[in-house]
Order: sequence, then C-alpha cells, then structure tokens
Amino acid sequence: MYGHKTNSVKPSADRNGGAETGMEQQGPTAVLAVAGVAKSFGPVQVLHHIGLQLAAGQVHAIIGENGAGKSTLMKILTGYHAPTEGQVLLDGRPIHLSGGPDGEALGIVLIHQEFNLAEHLTVEENIFLGRELTRGPFLDKARMRRLTRDWLDALECRVPATARVADLSVSDKQMVEIAKATSRSLRVLIMDEPTAVLTPTEAAALFRLIDRLKAQGVAIAYISHKLDEVKAVADQVTVLRDGRLVATRPAAELSQDDMAHLMVGRELADLYPPKAPPSADADILLDVEGLCVPGLVEDASFTLRRGEILGFAGLIGAGRTELVEGLVGLRPKTGRVRRAGRDVALTGPRQAAAQRIVYLTEDRKGKGLLLDMQMAPNVTLLALDRLSPGAFLDRKAEGAALDRAIATFDVRAGRRDIAVRALSGGNQQKLMLAKVMEIDPEIVIFDEPTRGIDIGTKQQIYHFIAQAAAQGRACIVISSELPEVIGLCHRVAVMRAGRLVGMLEGDHVNEGEIVRYATGLKSSDMKGAA
Amino acid sequence: MTAVPQPKPARAGFRIDLRLAAPLIALVALFILGALVNSAFLSTGNLTNVLTRSAFIAIIAVGATFVITAGGLDLSVGAMAAFVSGVMIIAMNWLMREFGAGWGTVVLGMLVGILVGAAAGLVNGLVITKGRIEAFIVTLGTMGIYRSLVTYLADGGTLSLNTQLRTVYRPVYYEGMLGIPWPLWVLSLVGAIGAMLLYFTRFGRYCFAIGSNEDVARYSAINIDRIKTLTYVLQGVCVAIACLIYVPRLGSASATTGLLWELEAITAVIIGGTALKGGYGRIGGSIIGAVTLALIGNIMNLSNMVSEYLNGAVQGLIIVAAVLLQRSIAARK
Repeated sequence: MYGHKTNSVKPSADRNGGAETGMEQQGPTAVLAVAGVAKSFGPVQVLHHIGLQLAAGQVHAIIGENGAGKSTLMKILTGYHAPTEGQVLLDGRPIHLSGGPDGEALGIVLIHQEFNLAEHLTVEENIFLGRELTRGPFLDKARMRRLTRDWLDALECRVPATARVADLSVSDKQMVEIAKATSRSLRVLIMDEPTAVLTPTEAAALFRLIDRLKAQGVAIAYISHKLDEVKAVADQVTVLRDGRLVATRPAAELSQDDMAHLMVGRELADLYPPKAPPSADADILLDVEGLCVPGLVEDASFTLRRGEILGFAGLIGAGRTELVEGLVGLRPKTGRVRRAGRDVALTGPRQAAAQRIVYLTEDRKGKGLLLDMQMAPNVTLLALDRLSPGAFLDRKAEGAALDRAIATFDVRAGRRDIAVRALSGGNQQKLMLAKVMEIDPEIVIFDEPTRGIDIGTKQQIYHFIAQAAAQGRACIVISSELPEVIGLCHRVAVMRAGRLVGMLEGDHVNEGEIVRYATGLKSSDMKGAA
Repeated sequence: MTAVPQPKPARAGFRIDLRLAAPLIALVALFILGALVNSAFLSTGNLTNVLTRSAFIAIIAVGATFVITAGGLDLSVGAMAAFVSGVMIIAMNWLMREFGAGWGTVVLGMLVGILVGAAAGLVNGLVITKGRIEAFIVTLGTMGIYRSLVTYLADGGTLSLNTQLRTVYRPVYYEGMLGIPWPLWVLSLVGAIGAMLLYFTRFGRYCFAIGSNEDVARYSAINIDRIKTLTYVLQGVCVAIACLIYVPRLGSASATTGLLWELEAITAVIIGGTALKGGYGRIGGSIIGAVTLALIGNIMNLSNMVSEYLNGAVQGLIIVAAVLLQRSIAARK
C-alpha cells in the first residue's frame, strides 16, 4: 500500500481558494453541459435528446422517478457511459471521457450511494489513495493527516482521520466520500441521493458545505427523491420522465407539488390511501411485552391488532430495526411475545414464518434479494416448501408465483429471466413484497419500504400495505420519512435511544408530536401501554 | 412508475451458454491435441484407462460442487479418502473372519466405508456451522487429523486388504458391463443423482441461495446450518464412494493415499465453471473438469515435448487460465 506511489498532489484547498477569487462575476457560466444527448442500450432507448447545463456556483437538481433516466444521464456526465448521440461539453468544448479517472482529472467527481472506499484503510489513506503526499521516498503522514482533518472539519465531521473506514457508520462513510471529492480540484460535483443515509444534522452540515462549494464556483448536480430538499438546496431543477426532459426551471418557480406533478405526469392527490383503523375489538394478533435486545433495545411493549398499520418512527439509530429483528429472532432477545394469545418463541425467521410473521428488510440488496439470480427463484425462496412440498422443485408452481407477483404487485421487467440486480429499486421492493406475501402472512413488518424509490412506486406500495391491512393482516411500518408514517399508519410508536418513548394515536399522529418524542423533548412511560 | 424498460445486459443468453460450453470446448480441444500428439491416445485402451482413473476425482468433485456452490470449501477430502480406505480395509479384513472371503464381507465393508465417509463429512459440517469457524480452517484441521489417523491405523506403514478378499473385490475396478468399466458406471450414477439434487430439489436451490448471499438466505427462513452440514455429509459420502472403487484398484491404503486429491477436486470444480465464491454450480462441468485434468496428464505422458514431471505445473496453469476465462466471460455481460 505504502511507498510505491510517489506522485504528490498539491492540496486542492489552494486551488479552490484561487477559484474563489476568480468567481466574483455573478452570471452563471456553463461548466459542464450535454447537448442533444441520447442513449440506447441495445434496442432500448433510455434517454431522448437531453440538453442540460451545469453552471458554476449553482446547484442543479435532477429529479424524476426511478427509471426516468437520471442515473444514465449522470453516468454520461461523468463519462462512465458514452452517449449514443449528442455531446458532452466541458467549458463549451466537446470531451470524450472513459470512466472515473478521466473525469476526476478534469475535476468532475461523482458521489454515489455505493461507496468507493477501501474498507480496511483509514480515512486519511482513503482520501489520499493514489495521490499520496510524500517526502522523499516516504509518506508524509503528518501533512496528509492535517489536511484530512481540515477537510473533515469543513464538513463538521468528527471522525478521526486515523479511523478505519470499515468501522464507520454509513453516514460517516458518506461524509468521508464527500471529503475525498472536495479534497480534489473540484469543478463539477455530482451527488446521487447524498442524504439517503444521513441524519438530519449530518444533512444540514452537507447543505452548509454545498453552500461553501457554490461560493467557490463549483457546479453541482444534485439527484434526489426528497423534494423538500430539492426545493431548499437547488437553484435550477430539471425534471426527467421516461427518458425525456420534461422541464428545466428555476427552483424558486416550482413548488414541491409542481415537481411531483412534472415527475409523475399525473395527479398524486391520493398518495396515501384513506385510513381505515381497526375497530377497538379487533383481535390482538401480536402482544409484545418487555422485549429487550441486549445493548440496543430496552423493555419495549406494544400490541398489534388485526387490520392495523402500526408505524415505528424515530431517529436513525433509535433501535427500530433492532427491535423488529429481535422480535423475529434475527437477534438474541429476551421478553415475552404472544401470538394470538399464545406464548411463542420466535427464534429466527423460520419460526416467525411458521407463525405467519414476515419481515421485509431495509437492506434490499444485502439481505433481501439474490441479486444475481432471476426473479422466480427470488419470489419463491421464502415459500419454497409450500410451493414445492415434494422432494423436487415444482417449476410450474414457481412460474405461477412469478405470474402472481407480476400481476398483483405490478413488477415491471423487460424479461422474466433478467437478473434481479438489473431491476430498479422500486421493482426490487415490489418483488420482495411478492416474496413475503407468498406464505400468506398475517403479520407483515416493513422496514423502510420506500427507501430510494420514486414517488409513483411509493404510492403503489402504500396502497399495497393498506390493502394488506384491509385483508385482515396486521402491518408494522418502520420509516424515517415522517410524512409516510403520518399518512399511512393508524398508530405510531416513537423510539429514542433504544426505548419506546411514545405511542401516538388519532390526531396525535402529527409531525410535531413525533419529533418531540423522537428528540427527547417529550416522553411517556410506555410500560404496559396498549 | 415508468414504462421505460430497464437496460438489459446485452447478450445475456449468449453469456450463459458460453459459460456452460467453455469446459466442453476445452475438453474437445484436448482430444484433438491428444490425437495429434500420439495416435495411441485415441485407442480404446488408453481412453478407458484414463477415464477410469479420473473417476475418483470426478466423484469427489461432484460432492465438492455442492460444498463450493453453498459457499463452503473442503480441503480434507484427500485425507478423508485415505482414512475411509484404511478403515474399510481394516473392517473388511476383520469381517472376513466372521463372514468369509465373499461378497457379503465386501458389501458390509463398503457400507462401513460409506458410514465413515458420511460421519467424517458430518464432523466437518457440524464444526463449521455450530462452531462458526471458517470452512477453510476447519477442513485444514481435519485434513491433518484424518491423515494422521490413517498413519496411526497403519502404524506408519501400509494397510493391505487380505489377498483372498482382493481377488473377490478386484473386478469392481478392473471389470465392467457392456465394455464400460464399473467406475464409469458409478461415476455416471453419482453424476446423475448429483445433478438431480442440485438442479431439481429444494436442497439444491438452497445451496445456490446460501452461496449467493447467506444473509438473504437467513432472512428468507432457510435453515442454513442444516443445508451447509448436509453439503459436507454429501461430500463425505462422495469421498467414500470414490474409495469403494479405489480400494479394489491397489488393495491397500497408506498415509500417501489420496495425496493432493483435494486440490485436484477443487481444480476440477473450478474448471467446470462453478464459482469458487459460491452461488453458482455445475455438476457436469465438475466431471468434465476432472476428465480434463486426467487427459492433460495422459497427453503429457504420451508426448515427448514436456516432461511429465511438469504435470503439476500444467495443472496449476490450467486452473489459473480457467478462472481468467470465467472472469472474461463474466465481464462481457
């Protein structure tokens, strides 16, 4: 790792400083632009005649549903894909990039959700990877550490420069990735869903950094599903739909509703289905008492009725996922769980499935789906012993299960034999939904069911959840998106620091209340709460 | 929602085909090379001989396909083969005193062999799953244990089958049916049953799932420990079956029996297209891989161009080339 890299790079702080002085003029100049860009993969055209200009010192948001062509456009901007037609222009001159290093040499940096960090190296080693500072034949560790500290401080990131990346939280990793990008002579920064894994405080720090980068004349492309963020941070907004550019307008002229309309191309008035809370005498399907997951969750008690949608709100790290993973036996736990009145020992997903309880993980790609396998084996994996009770696999039954998944959950894929990896996030989520519904569960636990999914698919998923409840199932929905919890759930449990601190019902289910409980401004003794 | 289809991996069908066909193409190429090098290569005698000798590794490789597909690894198969052979010989010699030098003794001894193989596999599987220890470490340990047990049982020398029994048992390796030696019949049967298990049963599907992503399998309510343990038991049984046809060949076992078979078996599996990191396995490929290895040795013996002492080097080159080829095929998607 050490010693063989001798190319030293001037810390770009100087260069950015230089850029800053040169950026006094206000008129936006296009740093990076695409003109008449189209892109086809084989016979499928995914982008049609796109023209877009990223101006120095401006944040240009690119929004659109999953599959609208955002990622393809982004990859063309950074040179990972070559356009089928049209040109990419840097400072008005056509450029031909071939992937990451080329783009980065020109100051075009992409930050995306799949991190590009060496897990076993430290933060500073990652930031200087491939351009280590040296003094003679040796690494100049002191200087690298000092600069790393400066860049992390600019992000208000408290991670030590010597920490191993593998030991960092997801949000800290993102911060390191951003620090790495800003440490270079940055001209164009392209961010893909940067706040998806950040806490609100971290997101605020990121926005302050974006402001500083703007002041330094960096052109920023900002891709996000969170329209409130787009509204807050963007100067220009470009909306893509079905691979076409629908509109490019100043953010000031667009309300969030306008953006949603432009993205979807139809009314989204019924984003959330009408709430139909269960009657007070509906069966109690699940009764959890004093559930503890050592070190993570303490003494959680709640009940779940037939037809109910129970939300779990709280800050990231409040212990919501840990609670339900403990409940279904994916983590060691203590406490009492009664299923329809009878004590049950849920020691793992198999025992939970036997009790008709299923858990949809928040980690679609890591824990939910076999990405390299086709759709049918994924849909049937949980229910395989039901679908093929004999010794041999029943391919017909598996095909029928996939038919059901496609018909019921509107899974859209070009072909049936496509690897699940190639599906969009929304379709993957629907496939996971279809997978757990194959065992006809009575209790369905959704963990962040709409993370990274476009608004149209979100709407569909909300309706699936409401429909499941209407069919007499009970649902638990863990979500970090408050509007979702509020719009969908009949009751909301709020967690803070591993404890269940509030159970809201009826009119109390509102943003203010949830935030007060989640942040510790308000608390109630949840012991024995129904 | 949008109606825009996802970009499809170009020529996906072609990629899969090539992956399946590559080992077979290599085999055909070897046949042509062999025929060019020495006309004796294509003689029935030579080919039967080579194929029969490759049966041991091929049968073990069928078991290894399950282990590797499910994301595991078994380094102990060579030592296990020596151990099972040794115990089988001791058992047969002992049983002969009760049941005489006849088929009854041989069949009972075979049963003992199968049981010992299954038990040895079970030990591997249980230590790996219940002890939560890397398969590499566990089987490295049992490799030493099984081999030193043979040395101990043989008191540092060789365990020999009673000569009378040897006469009875000998045809199992040297004779056959319809002109095809028994080991090849056994290999066909093992291959057919293996393919059936891997491709057409829930067990096989779970092997793929666990090898692809153990977390997904766990969250999908699959009993991972049981499936993984079963793959090692199956591996043990395959080793024992290989021993059933190996013992009549020489009629003895010693500390050097089955030396480096684990490497040959793993090489055969990898040449055959199974992914070493798990999640994708080909039974037929593994058998072709074993035959390929045997043919390479044979061709080197028949030609004067390269010293047969370099056989190991060529096999080493082949495994590296096979993995490179797999990767370049995978990169095309």
